[in-house]
Amino acid sequence: MSMVDRIDLSSSSPRPHAVCLMLGLAAVLILGRDFLPAELLRLPDWLVVPFAHWINAGFAFLRDDLGLMQVTRAFAAMLEWLLDVTANILYGKNRWPRLGPLPWSVVAISMAALGWWLGGWKLAALAGGTFVWIAVMGQWQWAMETLSVIVVAAPFSVLAGLILGIMAWRWTAVQRVLNPILNVAQSLPHFAYMIPVVVFIGVGPKAGAIVTIIFSVPPMIRMTGLGLRKVPEEVIEAGRMSGATPWQLLTRVRIPTARRDILIGVNQVIMQCLAMVVLASFIGMPGLGQKLLQLLQALKIGLSVEIGITIVLIAVVLDRLSRAWAKRQPLHHAEGLSWARRHPVLLVWTVAIALAFALSLVFPLLAQVPRRDALSIAAPVDALVDWLIRLVDPVTTWLRWFLITWVLIPLRDAILWLPFSAVLLAVAAAGWAVGGWRSALVMLGFIGAIALSGWWDRAMITVYMVGFSVFLATLIGFPLGIWASASETRANRVLLVCDSLQTFPSFIYLIPVVMLFGVNDVAVVMAVVTFAAVPLVRYTIEGLRGVAPELIEAAHMSGTTRRQMLWHVQLPMAAPVMLVGVNQSVMFSLFMVIIAAFIGTQDLGQELQRALSASDVGKGMVLGLAVAFLGLAVDHLITRQAQRMGTGAGG
Amino acid sequence: MTDIPPRPAPVISCRNVWKVFGPRPEAALAALRADPGARPEGHVTAVHDVSLDIMPGEMLVVMGLSGSGKSTLVRCLSRLNEITAGEILIEGQDIGKLNEAALIDLRRRKMGMVFQSFGLLPNRNALENVAFPLEMRGQPRAARIERAREMLALVGLKGREGYFPRELSGGQQQRVGIARSLAVEPDIWFLDEPFSALDPLIRREMQDEFLRLKGMLKKTIIFITHDFDEALRLADRIAIMKDGRVEQIDTPGRIVLQPATDYVARFTAEIDRARVLHVSGLAGPVAGRAIEGPALPGGQTLRDLARRLVNDSRDWIPVADGTGRVTGMLERRHALDILLGEAA
Repeated sequence: MSMVDRIDLSSSSPRPHAVCLMLGLAAVLILGRDFLPAELLRLPDWLVVPFAHWINAGFAFLRDDLGLMQVTRAFAAMLEWLLDVTANILYGKNRWPRLGPLPWSVVAISMAALGWWLGGWKLAALAGGTFVWIAVMGQWQWAMETLSVIVVAAPFSVLAGLILGIMAWRWTAVQRVLNPILNVAQSLPHFAYMIPVVVFIGVGPKAGAIVTIIFSVPPMIRMTGLGLRKVPEEVIEAGRMSGATPWQLLTRVRIPTARRDILIGVNQVIMQCLAMVVLASFIGMPGLGQKLLQLLQALKIGLSVEIGITIVLIAVVLDRLSRAWAKRQPLHHAEGLSWARRHPVLLVWTVAIALAFALSLVFPLLAQVPRRDALSIAAPVDALVDWLIRLVDPVTTWLRWFLITWVLIPLRDAILWLPFSAVLLAVAAAGWAVGGWRSALVMLGFIGAIALSGWWDRAMITVYMVGFSVFLATLIGFPLGIWASASETRANRVLLVCDSLQTFPSFIYLIPVVMLFGVNDVAVVMAVVTFAAVPLVRYTIEGLRGVAPELIEAAHMSGTTRRQMLWHVQLPMAAPVMLVGVNQSVMFSLFMVIIAAFIGTQDLGQELQRALSASDVGKGMVLGLAVAFLGLAVDHLITRQAQRMGTGAGG
Repeated sequence: MTDIPPRPAPVISCRNVWKVFGPRPEAALAALRADPGARPEGHVTAVHDVSLDIMPGEMLVVMGLSGSGKSTLVRCLSRLNEITAGEILIEGQDIGKLNEAALIDLRRRKMGMVFQSFGLLPNRNALENVAFPLEMRGQPRAARIERAREMLALVGLKGREGYFPRELSGGQQQRVGIARSLAVEPDIWFLDEPFSALDPLIRREMQDEFLRLKGMLKKTIIFITHDFDEALRLADRIAIMKDGRVEQIDTPGRIVLQPATDYVARFTAEIDRARVLHVSGLAGPVAGRAIEGPALPGGQTLRDLARRLVNDSRDWIPVADGTGRVTGMLERRHALDILLGEAA
């Protein structure tokens, strides 16, 4: 600790000079913009590196010369076979084994039984109720299309993540290679994953499944490593003293003991799968996502709300079930209990599905609900929304006008007006300020690469959207978090809401904003603000609630007022945690801005979508990496700053 | 002094064992050997040139404060930690030279270990935890379950076989840990601060339980503790460690009466010696004095016999061993000095 402090001190004396120098130079560049040569305003064309071209050449080599195409197609064929099997069972697609579809009542009962087994009757009601809703609303086919992909993709991700996680835990070399890849992978926007897959596989369910698998592996790798490293040393020693071989130690001691973390990884895989499957509608993946996309583009609000509710319900159910599984602790049974008493859920489930099968033969409505018999809440929702919109229209119209003419457009013009050289200098100065010359170089590397890619203007538009949205989000998130953290119960309630909101696939956030603001920049900003405020609220609460109670008591005894307590004790102590919230908020915003691109923005997201429809891998990867680099740059700045504050507060 | 029976071969024998933690232990060790006072930067000497023998059926308590290297030493004995230098012989076999298969085999047949925080597998119930070492060596399921049941009954957990670790109290969890360590019928039993995580009352109860098992099982035992009282209560011999070195290794009585270093003396200063010293340890040779009246049982402590010592009027009292044979004479005034403090 003292060593670190000393290093920090020694390097901190030249730091202010360098930072001031760089900022001053940046200011000079900005002030003298009109006299600058064009090369300092925008990177000259001859300097733009044709990354896209190189990547395309690389992919062409992989695909055509190395014959990787054959491998991927073979894998895709196997995956397609599995998808067909689940599709047949879940919604009766005409493929082997030609057994399905299962009556919806059987599926609903099974989900309820699973909920009961994992988490009691509340979870049973939630899980069963969700599937009854899906059937009754006539969305069975779409929901099952979506779920059939998750059912196939999630196990693959879990297995791949487990194996890679174990390898990274076992061999530091693997860990060292994997870590930066994971960092980039977790900040790549969803669309960047889709383009190479489209090139190798084409469009359709199997491409959707593969994208889903790739996208959802990283958290599993992380959680596996985390869990394995957390196994108590004594448990391992007990295993070794019991004469376990390394393999026995891994399979019977380490992995079972790390069960909880590994299952949390499974939970994250499932949630990532759902988020991706919904988005995979962009590459022709049928299901709820595709339906929602069509309805949103046609501005059919009532019907999209129906689908939105279904997606949200599925997200909550999958999240709760997998979490309950992770938390589930084994319980002993009293000796001599009968089989039926030990397995009540299994017994009830067997009887109930037998009954459901029989009844669905007599009453076809219990097997399938045809569209014409389905209920719909679209009409009343539409009416309600119309009424609501008429009510708030003056406000939203004015807000839209105000934001666009007075905030968004001036802001965008200003940020585009800035010479890129000045931005690079300012960014490097920020890096230097938080972490010395190393951080300055890191920042230059990330942002410089974006400049070199030739997508500077688009990237700056993304920056302005994200920056403005996160700014608005902090105006909402921080006060809300501070308000919520005032009492334990309130904090828990708000955290529960945040938890639920975070499980929703990001796509869902577009429904209400499109409803209120139509299809334009304001809608995007509003969607991003809502999405980005959630982590801010969450981390503000956690930071404030995490302040040591002794410290609060000590401050009370020193006679602080509530305001002094907040400003001088709680907020400074909570600041590092709150910064983590800001960091996540920026990440969420980046993802959301890119997703929202389809309702019309002019940033990197729009270009990404163009690249997607043109299957242009090189361009897609470059754009994706540009987004990732923006995210990583912000992540670097904030993490360093949080560390500095953390050590400052700690010692 | 010539008719001493030949000493039996030690079960465990350490010869100049060193364990240095750090990035370059070999280099650090060389520096330490050149200058015993050296403190190589970035390295920690957990075990510092330790040599000791442990006899069959003996119970050695290794006592030291936290960071004294006692836990590391015991982990070196079972080769959970690789030693930096020296050799450790178990029944004459250098365990540093064993390959992995032989080492695993040795642990499966010869060793059992109990851990401070129990080290139970959370996903297995008590029965399966106890059966774990048997499962590792491939014993058939029925046989190992049978054996695990016996072991749980032995430690007084009959009826709790199906309980999972988190459903058991700390004391019960440690009973499971003890049963597991004994399941393979080990000859050598390591206990690493087995009772330190328990409440004082439970600790006392577990110590009694331990003494009962020890009497029944006749194993060679290496017991780690930071609690000097516990060491005095349980040990045949005590090794006191400080900074990786063994300061003194001796019987409890000798440690109390003749501390080898100031450090040991500071430990023993607060101790009520009468509770530790056995009458036999204090008795001198008969040396021609007349043996009169009933003899004192040599296996008891001064405290146990306090009333008799105060009431007795003889200056010299005979002391007998378990068979009733008089082995020595106790000077009453000396005994009373220890019991009541030196006369002013």
